[in-house]
Amino acid sequence: MKELRLMKGNEAFAEAAIRAGADGYFGYPITPQSEVMEYLMAEKPEERTGMIVLQAESEIAAINMVYGGAACGKRVLTSSSSPGVSLKQEGISYIAGAELPCVILNVARGGPGLGTIQPAQSDYFQSTKGGGHGDYKMLVLAPSSVQEMADFAGLGFELAFKYRNPVLILSDGAIGQMMEKVELDEQRPRFTDEEIKNNTPWATTGKTKDRERNIITSLDLDSYKQELHNLDLQAKYREMEKNETRYEAISCDDAEYLIVAYGTSARLSQKAVDLLRAEGIKVGLLRPITLFPFPTAVIAKLADQVKGILTVEMSAGQMIEDVRLAVGCRVKVEHFGRMGGIIPSPTEIVDAMHKKIIGG
Amino acid sequence: MAEITKEELRQPENLIYKKTDLLTDKPLSYCPGCGHGTAHRIVMEVLDEMGIQDQTIGIAPVGCSVLAYEFMNIDMQQAAHGRAPAVATAVKRLHPEKFVFTYQGDGDLAAIGTAETIHACNRGENIVIIFINNGIYGMTGGQMAPTTLPGMKSSTSPYGRDVATMGNPLKITELIAQLPGTIYVTRQAVHTPANVRKTKKAVRKAFENQKLNKGLSFVEIVSNCNSGWKMTPRQSNEWMVENMFPFYPLGDIKVND
Amino acid sequence: MTEEIIIAGFGGQGVLSMGKILAYSGVMENKEVSWMPSYGPEMRGGTANVIVIISDERISSPIVNSFDTAIILNQQSMDKFEKTVKPGGILIYDPNGITRHPGRKDINIYTIEAADEASKVGLSKVFNMVVLGGYLKLKPIVQPEYIRKGLEKSLPKRHHGMIPENEKAIDKGKEIIKAVHLLN
Repeated sequence: MKELRLMKGNEAFAEAAIRAGADGYFGYPITPQSEVMEYLMAEKPEERTGMIVLQAESEIAAINMVYGGAACGKRVLTSSSSPGVSLKQEGISYIAGAELPCVILNVARGGPGLGTIQPAQSDYFQSTKGGGHGDYKMLVLAPSSVQEMADFAGLGFELAFKYRNPVLILSDGAIGQMMEKVELDEQRPRFTDEEIKNNTPWATTGKTKDRERNIITSLDLDSYKQELHNLDLQAKYREMEKNETRYEAISCDDAEYLIVAYGTSARLSQKAVDLLRAEGIKVGLLRPITLFPFPTAVIAKLADQVKGILTVEMSAGQMIEDVRLAVGCRVKVEHFGRMGGIIPSPTEIVDAMHKKIIGG
Repeated sequence: MAEITKEELRQPENLIYKKTDLLTDKPLSYCPGCGHGTAHRIVMEVLDEMGIQDQTIGIAPVGCSVLAYEFMNIDMQQAAHGRAPAVATAVKRLHPEKFVFTYQGDGDLAAIGTAETIHACNRGENIVIIFINNGIYGMTGGQMAPTTLPGMKSSTSPYGRDVATMGNPLKITELIAQLPGTIYVTRQAVHTPANVRKTKKAVRKAFENQKLNKGLSFVEIVSNCNSGWKMTPRQSNEWMVENMFPFYPLGDIKVND
Repeated sequence: MTEEIIIAGFGGQGVLSMGKILAYSGVMENKEVSWMPSYGPEMRGGTANVIVIISDERISSPIVNSFDTAIILNQQSMDKFEKTVKPGGILIYDPNGITRHPGRKDINIYTIEAADEASKVGLSKVFNMVVLGGYLKLKPIVQPEYIRKGLEKSLPKRHHGMIPENEKAIDKGKEIIKAVHLLN
């Protein structure tokens, strides 16, 4: 039976991770996501499920602990906020290269540098275009509610293991800190040794006589083999694009104008859509739930229907590049956003829609 | 004494020395004369003798021994540069019943991975760290390492290490011996049969400690890098004895039984 | 029904927990709720505010810039949030420490001398509950029984002994809230 609670996004994610059968969490404190580890430490998941929680010496150590745990076929995760996620990029690249499953939560804040502890969406490029070195992709989920913070912990593990790939949950300080009602799934058991052996035969669990040794590495000094590995990775990413694109279309059926926004911006934009519709203007909202794979096809289709598109992001405009790639030159695509940790208000979005799209 | 032919030499009854099954048949990629091969063999012999091949997970570093997993016939993970102790921490925490070790060089362990080394030691992770100290970055072509001796030449200290501008060599082993989390800290070498025996004993003790959940055991092996030092293997061993050992004296540094 | 509230004051006045109790009570009553705090260094002695939305429908944006009710507990917050009350909405404030009183004519304005009253009857720890009581008298959006459940949910177990005191404070608030400007 599902359990209803009022929780912060960060807490809901932590609780959901326990319930998703996570084996280990490794993290380092940083605002605005510290509640994740605080909640886990207070919950003593080692007693509840046997899940271990470890405060690492740095975000770098934490992501490498994730590497080690994932390489054993365990469900492991870490969380951080923007500057800390920057530190994790090397490890994420290794995880992607070695094809290891894991869940990483970024409760993003404004940058660059130490920036601000207030929410921002300026890590879109970092999340979807690489971040670390080499040609790789993470599967990126963008929650826009506390419920999705909880749901994506379990979904994240599912997808991570399905594709042997890191899954990033790109949230922000607003969703991490706010409380909403959340329905929590029942406790799912952790993997047994037997399941690990059967489901992840590649995992390093000790070389038994009945199999060759398992090696987890991202290195191949033979360029031809390395290129083949890269081609395999790319094929996997195309497969993700085919199967895993997720989005929510709100009031799009009769829309003459469109807003594209994810996460917190999508919530604000939804209110803006209500306000604009109250003015008699038919506006729809397309909310990408996966940022990679990006819902290119549906946006391309909507571009044939609407007269203009506004992207709303708490950044200087990053996702807009993907929207423009989807749309081409068919309709006008403009950006509206605030930076530095400022959350735009729904009325500002309404004004921007008038100025940049409807009147423009 | 009768002359023995090559054919006779190959007969099983005349076999007196055998590669352990825990080393693969892949030819070692190390330079002739390098101590890595001996160190690999020692670790694998210990695992073999303890009968724990199927329970051991090794962590390879970045550096000359990055390809250790090609030679060690056990499950292994290759870690990012310097991060092996963090990787090993998670493996051990998630598999407390398994044996976990890292095998790292001086650049990996004592420069880029200093934080991971110190904190894994300080937490007293129940793992074994094998630390090969040859005072130089071998893999990347002989650059100065954190353990390069004062005045010692390398490709990034071509006029010798000037401690005024390049800092002093780091005795990380003595440093981590201070930490309550370490149970056994020792410094050994593999350049003579006697030292090989001592090192093997130390490695065995380290894994026995892990079996008894005692805490972190740290075995430094002072070794040579004849290529990086631009010497013959023999010269490099002599140079090591004359120069490295006075600065990095061999023997147990901490033994908590 | 949708009620969009901002509660703003100094950190330490119990602004966030007042919002929490409202939000919990809303959940108990099976309403949709969101609780969006200001967070960070502001919380440590500076100003703190929280937006609470309680609604019968799915809440679109947890962050809004105009409110049905503003509960204001210091001058900085008055300067910032008086103008955010929707025309016809409610502004409740504790005059203690307020040097520039609200002057809008298009909203309903109430005072609640919660700080004075709370210290008079030795309830300074539950000052925020006095304020909450005043609000609930004007807007009984959640039933008293759910407020009790909300208190149980939001207070750590070790503080459950203080629930009667909290309830007393709520009643006190209902008594002492005063209208200073009403629209007809």
